[in-house]
Formats: sequence, structure tokens, C-alpha cells
Amino acid sequence: MARVVVDVMLKPEILDPQGQAVQRALPRLGFEGIADVRQGKRFELEVEGPVDEAALARIHELAETFLANTVIEDFAVKVEESAQVAEPAK
Amino acid sequence: MSLDTVDNASRTPDVDQPWKELGLKEDEYARVREILGRRPTGAELAMYSVMWSEHCSYKSSKVHLRQFGDKVPANDAMLVGIGENAGVVDVGEGYAVTFKVESHNHPSYVEPYQGAATGVGGIVRDIIAMGARPVAVVDPLRMGAADHPDTKRVLPGVVAGIGGYGNSLGLPNIGGELVFDACYQGNPLVNAGAIGVMRHEDIHLAKASGAGNKIVLYGARTGGDGIGGASILASETFDATKPSKRPAVQVGDPFQEKLLIECTLEAFAEKLVVGIQDLGAAGLSCATSELASNGSGGMRVELDDVPLRDSTLSPEEILMSESQERMCAVVEEAKVERFLAICEKWDVIATVVGEVTDGDRLEIFWHGEKIVDVDPRTVAHEGPVYERPYARPEWQDALQADDAGKLPRPADGAELRAQVLTLVGSPNQASKAWVTDQYDRFVQGNTVLAQPEDSGMVRINEETGLGVALASDGNGRFAKLDPYTGAQLALAEAYRNVAASGARPLAVSDCLNFGSPEDPAVMWQFAEAVRGIADGCLQLGTPVTGGNVSLYNQTGEAAIHPTPVVSVLGVIDDVARRTPMAFAQDGQLLYLLGDTREEFGGSAWSQAVHDHLGGLPPAVDLDREKLLGEILVSASRDGMIDAAHDLSDGGLIQAVTESCLRGGNGARLVVPDGLDAFTLLFSESAGRAVVSVPRSEELRFTDMCGARGLPVTRIGVVDGDAVEVQGEFTVPLDELRSAHEATIPALLA
Repeated sequence: MARVVVDVMLKPEILDPQGQAVQRALPRLGFEGIADVRQGKRFELEVEGPVDEAALARIHELAETFLANTVIEDFAVKVEESAQVAEPAK
Repeated sequence: MSLDTVDNASRTPDVDQPWKELGLKEDEYARVREILGRRPTGAELAMYSVMWSEHCSYKSSKVHLRQFGDKVPANDAMLVGIGENAGVVDVGEGYAVTFKVESHNHPSYVEPYQGAATGVGGIVRDIIAMGARPVAVVDPLRMGAADHPDTKRVLPGVVAGIGGYGNSLGLPNIGGELVFDACYQGNPLVNAGAIGVMRHEDIHLAKASGAGNKIVLYGARTGGDGIGGASILASETFDATKPSKRPAVQVGDPFQEKLLIECTLEAFAEKLVVGIQDLGAAGLSCATSELASNGSGGMRVELDDVPLRDSTLSPEEILMSESQERMCAVVEEAKVERFLAICEKWDVIATVVGEVTDGDRLEIFWHGEKIVDVDPRTVAHEGPVYERPYARPEWQDALQADDAGKLPRPADGAELRAQVLTLVGSPNQASKAWVTDQYDRFVQGNTVLAQPEDSGMVRINEETGLGVALASDGNGRFAKLDPYTGAQLALAEAYRNVAASGARPLAVSDCLNFGSPEDPAVMWQFAEAVRGIADGCLQLGTPVTGGNVSLYNQTGEAAIHPTPVVSVLGVIDDVARRTPMAFAQDGQLLYLLGDTREEFGGSAWSQAVHDHLGGLPPAVDLDREKLLGEILVSASRDGMIDAAHDLSDGGLIQAVTESCLRGGNGARLVVPDGLDAFTLLFSESAGRAVVSVPRSEELRFTDMCGARGLPVTRIGVVDGDAVEVQGEFTVPLDELRSAHEATIPALLA
């Protein structure tokens, strides 16, 4: 099984109330020096079969249509380095 | 890039400016240059373009909306009228109520959850800007065809957004509508309304007076939200290194808004505030120019002091940003410290960003340079006004000639029964519990009536039981057939709904959703609808206290049905006297109030059974509506009726179905002399209601109706566990319930 990770983050200019709540909590807990926090989502997809170009294209499509709301979020697809799989076709 | 200062603008008159991309017309841009006596700076161009937009300036609608001010009925309940953030009416016992409905249509189509959520946030800030505590929200919705795949994307997102924001704020959602029609495909209507309560002495108006008073911006930091337009200015013309597209979508934070509510009301209570304005559309451009324009002096703003979420924002973007949960207050210098302390207590960022000046200019500075120097009135109130051409469309006659009375009617009892089930299970007539169950309807413990009741009702004084009711209604199908009558039917329905729940109708707010004003046919629909509402309010004695216009709801040539949504606010001395809609008592008598005629044009039956739209809408008789309202309120106060339900879309059978299912009791109906079963069940004649009368009150009630001249017809009795129309058919309640309640969950599953 190969693992592909999809990271979903709110676009930089979009307000992130959750990240702000975390950032506001930090100094209260004694953690100083953090200027900003933005919170995202990480999806780990266990892929059946080879992670080739076609598979990545499919994952890209599912991320775009389902995992991320591309009106307000960006996403990045990456193949997990440590996973013992054949390198995807370049 | 260099900063476009006022000096720079004076020196370089020939710079090409992106006025067209910002939505200004050539003559409007010329007018800006004429007002200023030079070309505008980038920041000034940003302000004028956004404040002179249709959304902010009402430039196409203004000439018609004046009727709401000209045709004001004598009504001493009105404390604050049109033009303020929201109108205010007196409800007695020293209480005043403010209410308003606004549209958030386009943002909700682009991003349903956040669009609808920020719609709730915006209307709530309008209420707190008046000094009132928000007590309830309502949401009239219109979506594309129920079975269209895009409806499945938009509707659940919108409902979740309204629920997510409103529930987090702790505000009960007490009413609304959900209508499906293919004409709203691509242009769903998401209207949001709110009610606020205050004491008379606490009413606050948005103005900046008194030189030396400070301008305090408080709430969320300013980010790059919703500045599609300004980014053109900033990135493409003045600075090519910036990201070229900023999203037109804003994300709301209801927890920040809750803090704003508490912090604002505490500042009001301590009398720290001279004037206040919420930041909605057009953000700081709007707040500064409107505050300055309503006040006596000028204003000076240091844009560098605005707290930013994104330090790369240009001054133009800061002025146009629509970041949510922000407010702007004018505070006397001596009280600033206390004001800031209250903000800090509530964990709200507050910053002095400027002050009121002696002059009459609005001046804005950036890095020490003057980038805006305008007369604020020319930005906020003296924008362009268009007398757009309007003309009754050619197709109107053909549409009205296509009489729904000619449609085939059910031949026998079995067919009638089948059509009843089709009707009550059609998407528009089916139970909307799937939607309203996602809203918190009873938080705060003051909700006495909520959807699916005729109106939403909340108690505002625990000791006396004083309460207010609000109903919002609109029927785009009726308005398409005849916009004048259709608008009056919406008004009449909301008025009737308020009265049916036992409250006395007091005042009106409207949300006018139409297509493009550049189309003379749409403009005619708009003009007719406004005339209809204004004439109707004059006759009913309920003034229009404010409202909202949403134009350009159209895709290509196809405009939505003209959709005036009318909200009526009512007052009830003791909410314990309210009239619910449920037929809860076996054996009670059912009476139909009003006249039933063969009126099927635009009816729910013609849509659900024949997919037809044509003919004339039902006739309106506002004197009759008034009489019916008085009877319903008196009967409620004197305990003569135990249930009442207004008759509107779907006619009598729809009302009886809803009241029976709500009460868990059946009904036996008898077709009265002079009517056939089909007309009795499906006609949508206006000015009618069905009531459930205890046998002990029968004589007193019918005598009262007789003495006042209101037609009253006994049509049956509450009984058993089926709805039976004698001599025609019987439907067990269970069958009726599954038809009525399964539709919406199945469509959205």
C-alpha cells in the first residue's frame, strides 16, 4: 500500500478563526513568540496499486472536488517519502 | 510603485485609471473628476466605485423607493424610519423593536456555507448598531429546482451556514421560507432577517459629530476578504507584484460577533458612544463616509493605524476590505479610555484610527501622505441616481391570458385524493423540518412560536408577557403574473400570518429581489412591486421601516421571478394568549373565514400537478385583510379560538394538512353549499384563514364575525386520525404524514 498525503489549508487571505483561537491561547499557556497560527487539514490516503501519474491525477481530482473547498482553500498532494512504493512516474 | 497621493493625482491628470474594471460607468467617472476638480487617487477611486455601486447606492431603485417615504400611513409606533441601519418601532411598555431583512444572494451561491453565515452576521450587526440586543433571526430562502444537482450543493451549505453562525451566536431562528423554482437556478436567494429589542431611550443613530471626537475601529482585524474589485486596482494597475486575485468570499467568526454584541451594548449602556456604524459591504469606505456624511463635521483617518491580518494589504484594499465582525464608533475623547477598557474586557481589538474635524472633508492618510480628500456626502449620499426606462413586457399579456382555470381538474374523489397527496408532498409544500431542525429555535428560552407556525414569536418582557411576532412571505409566481398584485399578496400574507398567531401587525420591512435593472421589463416589475407595497402599507396602516434591494439576480437573459419578500412585525400584549396552528382538540369546530373563489393562477396546485404558470394571481382586498386580522386578534385575546392557520399557497387542504399533522388529529370536512370540493381544497383566494373553535365559543365567535361582516363558514370538525372530505375521499394521517414529510430528506439525502 502506498500513502499519498493531501494537505488542505485555508487560502492565506481568508480568515482562520480556529488558527486565531490557538494563537490567542498560546501566551496564556506560557508559549511566547508565535506571531500567527493557521490551521489546516491533513488527509492520508492509502492507495491500492501503484502511485503512478494516473493515480495521482485521480487523487488530485478527488482532492479538488471533495477534500478541499477550492473557493476558500488551497491543497497540496504529495507522496509520502517513507512509504515503500515504487516512485511515481515522473 | 509609488503611492498615489492627492498631490500626485493633481500633478498627473492623465494617468489611465481602471474605473471600468471597478464597475464605474464612463459618465460616473467623469462625475467623480468633476466633483474633485482633478482625477481621483487610487484610494478615492476605490471608495467612489464601491459606494456608487448598485448595492450601496441604490442608484436604480431610489426613485421608486421614495414612495415608502411619501406614502406613510399615520402610525405613531414608528420611532426611526428609512435610511438608518434599521427601522425602529414602539411596541409598548417602554420597549422598542428594530428589525430588518437583507439579501446575501450572490455570496451564498459562490460559497454557500460562508455566504449564508456572513449574511446572518451582517444583519445582526445592523441591529446592534441601532443599540438593540438581537433576540431572533429569520431566513427566507429560494433555491433552484429541488431535483437539480446544484441545489444539493447550495441548499445544505446555506442551511448549515445559517445554523452554524446563528446557533453559535445563541440566537433562535424563528421563521423563514424555503421555495424551489427553476428560475432561481444559478441565482438562489438567501435573505436574512433579525429582530432586536431595546428601551426607547437607548436608540442610537449612525453619525459622527463634535470636532475632536475619536473614531474607534473595533472587532476583527482587517484582511483581504471580499475585495475582488480593489485588487484590480492594487495589483494590476499600481503594483504588478501582488497576487492578482483576491477572493470575493468572506469567512465569518460568530464567536467574535458575540463579543462584539456584548461589548457594543455595554458601551451603549455606559453612554460612551456618539455614533456607531457596522462595517458591511464596502467596509471602511462605507463606514467612514456614512458616519462623516451623517454628522456635522469632517473626518480625518490614519489608515496606518487599522489593525491588519495581512500586512501586505495596500491602502485601497484596506478601504474596500469586507472582513467581517468589525464596527466603527465615534467616541468623545474623554470617554475613549473607558471604551477601550470595555473592548479589552471582551477580548475585542479596538484602535483609535482617526477623529472628527471642524471641516467638511473626509481625509485619509497613509504613511503620512494624504491619499483621500473628498466631501463625504458625495461618496455616501449624493451618488448617481438613475431614472431607468421601464416598460411592461410584451409577454405579460400572453402569460396572463394563459388562464390556470382551464387546466384539467380531478374527475372524481379518487383523483382528488391523489392530487392532494401530490400537492402536500411537492417540494414547495412539503414539510421543511429538515431545514428548521438544523436551527436552534428555542435558545434563550423566549421563543413561543417558531417554524412551521404562521409566524415566529418571542417574548420580550418576562414579567408582563409582552412579545413580538415576525412573518416573512413572498411569492415570485404571483409577482411574475402581476408584480403589483403579487407584492401586495406577499404583504397581505405576512400581515395575515402575524394576525393568525394573535399578534397585532405594526410595521413592515422588505427585501426586494429582482433581475437586472438595465432590462426595462425587470425595471417595470420592480416599479410595480414597490408601488404595490407602498400602496398596500398605506391602506393597512403599517409603515415600511426599511429594507434592502438586490438587483442583477439573473443569468444571461433569464431573470429570476420578481421576488419581493415582505416581513411584517406584530406585537402581542401577552404571549400566553398566542394562537398556535395545531388542531389539538378532538371535537372542535372548523370554520373557514373569508371568501373562496375559483382562483388558481400561480397556485401551488397549478405548479405541483400541472407544472403551469399563467393567468392572474388571486385578487387582493386589503380592507378585508384588515378586518380578518382584527377578528383573529380579538378572537385570540378573548379565547374564542384554539388554533388558526392562514390560507395561502396550497389553499385549504394544505392548511388543514399542516394543522392536523401538527396536532396529531384528523379532520372531517364537509363541502359547503355553493362550492365544489376541488375549489374548496385548492383555491388560493386571499384574505382567508381556518380556525378551530371550542363548541362553547361557537355562538360568540360566529356572532362576532357576523356583526363585523366577515364571511364565516362551518366546514367541519376536528376528529379521528384521518382527513376526510365527505362524499369524496379519506386519507389516513399516517399516509398524509409520509407524503408531507419524506420529500425534502429524500431529495437531499
